[in-house]
Amino acid sequence: MARTDIQLMQDVKAGDEQSFALLLHRYRSPLVNFLYRMVRNREQAEDLAQEVFIRVYRAREDYEPSAKFTTWLFRIATNLALNSIRDNHHRQMEISIDQPLAADAEDGDERRLDLADGHADIEQRLVEQARQAMIRRAIAKLPEKQRAAVLLHKYQELEYREIARIVECSESALKSLLFRAYETLRIELAPLVGQPPKQQGSR
Amino acid sequence: MNCARMESRILPYLDGRLKEGERAEAEKHLAACAVCRLRVNEFRSLSGLLDELPKIEPSAAFDLRMQARIAAAPPRQSWWAWLAPSPRVAFAASLLLLATVWVASRPAEHGLNMAAPDTELRMMKDLPVLEDYDVLANFEPLPDLPPPVEAENQ
Repeated sequence: MARTDIQLMQDVKAGDEQSFALLLHRYRSPLVNFLYRMVRNREQAEDLAQEVFIRVYRAREDYEPSAKFTTWLFRIATNLALNSIRDNHHRQMEISIDQPLAADAEDGDERRLDLADGHADIEQRLVEQARQAMIRRAIAKLPEKQRAAVLLHKYQELEYREIARIVECSESALKSLLFRAYETLRIELAPLVGQPPKQQGSR
Repeated sequence: MNCARMESRILPYLDGRLKEGERAEAEKHLAACAVCRLRVNEFRSLSGLLDELPKIEPSAAFDLRMQARIAAAPPRQSWWAWLAPSPRVAFAASLLLLATVWVASRPAEHGLNMAAPDTELRMMKDLPVLEDYDVLANFEPLPDLPPPVEAENQ
C-alpha cells in the first residue's frame, strides 16, 4: 500500500531522502499547474514550485503532522504566488491584465498546431484554443484570493476546510468567496456555459 | 427551503458534500424552482467548461534543477535558524517582550492610583472631626472670655 503524505514526510524528517523524492514526484505536477494558473508564466511557476519544495525540505526537521500535508504545501505555494503577483504588479504597472496578446504568448506550448492535420482538425483546434484562452483569461481576471480558492477547489479538489486554512479565512467565508468567484466566472463565460465543445465525431 | 438558502448550498450540492437530509431538501427545492434549477445546471456546465483547460507538464529541467538544489540544501539547521528567514517574527517578538516589560512595570504606579480613593474615603469619614476642630480653633467668643479663674485667686 502506498504510504500517505504524512508517513512520507515523517520518513523525510528521519533522514530518508528517497521519501522526499516520492513526495516530489507526487506533487510536482499539481504544484506547477496550480502556480502556472496563478502567475500565468510557466518559467516563473516552475521557479516558485522549486521554492515551495525547498522550503518543505528545509523545514523537515520541524515537521509536525498537525494538518494535512497538502494544506501545508499549498499554503506555502499560495503565499509565494501572491507575493510574486504583487511584485510583478509593481514591476509591470503599465501592462494590463486584459491584453490578450500578452496572456496568450505564455500559452505558446499549448497552442502548437500540427500543419499535417486536415483543415477540419485545424479549425476545431483553433476553436478549442479560443475557448481555452477565454477560460484562462476569465480565471486570471478573478481577484487573487478568489483565483487561488477556485484553483484549489476545482483542480486540486481540496476540502473547504483545507482551502479555508490555505487562503486564511473561515470556512463559511471561504464558501461565500468561492460562490462569488464561480458566479463571476459564470457571467464572464456565459457565451460558453451551456454550450458544450464540439466532439471529434460531430464534425 | 428558499432560493437564498439554496444559493449558499449550490457548491456543496454539486460537490456532493451535503448531508443526506440537506441534499433531499435541496433536491425538493430544485424540483419546484426553475430559476434555481437553471442556476445549478449553469454551475454544473461551468465546472465542465473549466475541465477543458489542459494540464501542463513540468519541464525536463525542472527535476534536474530540483535535485541540484536539494543536494545543495544545508543538511541540518541550527536551533536559532528559524529566526533568520523572518526578521519580522524576531522584531514582533522583541516588541512583545518590550510591551510585557512595560505592562509589568505599571502596577506600582497603578497601585498608588488605586490607593487614592481609599485615602479620600478615610478623609470623608474624618471630615466631621476635622470640622469640629476647625470650629473650636477659630471659635471667636473664646478670646472674649473672662481671664482664667486662677488669676482671681491670686
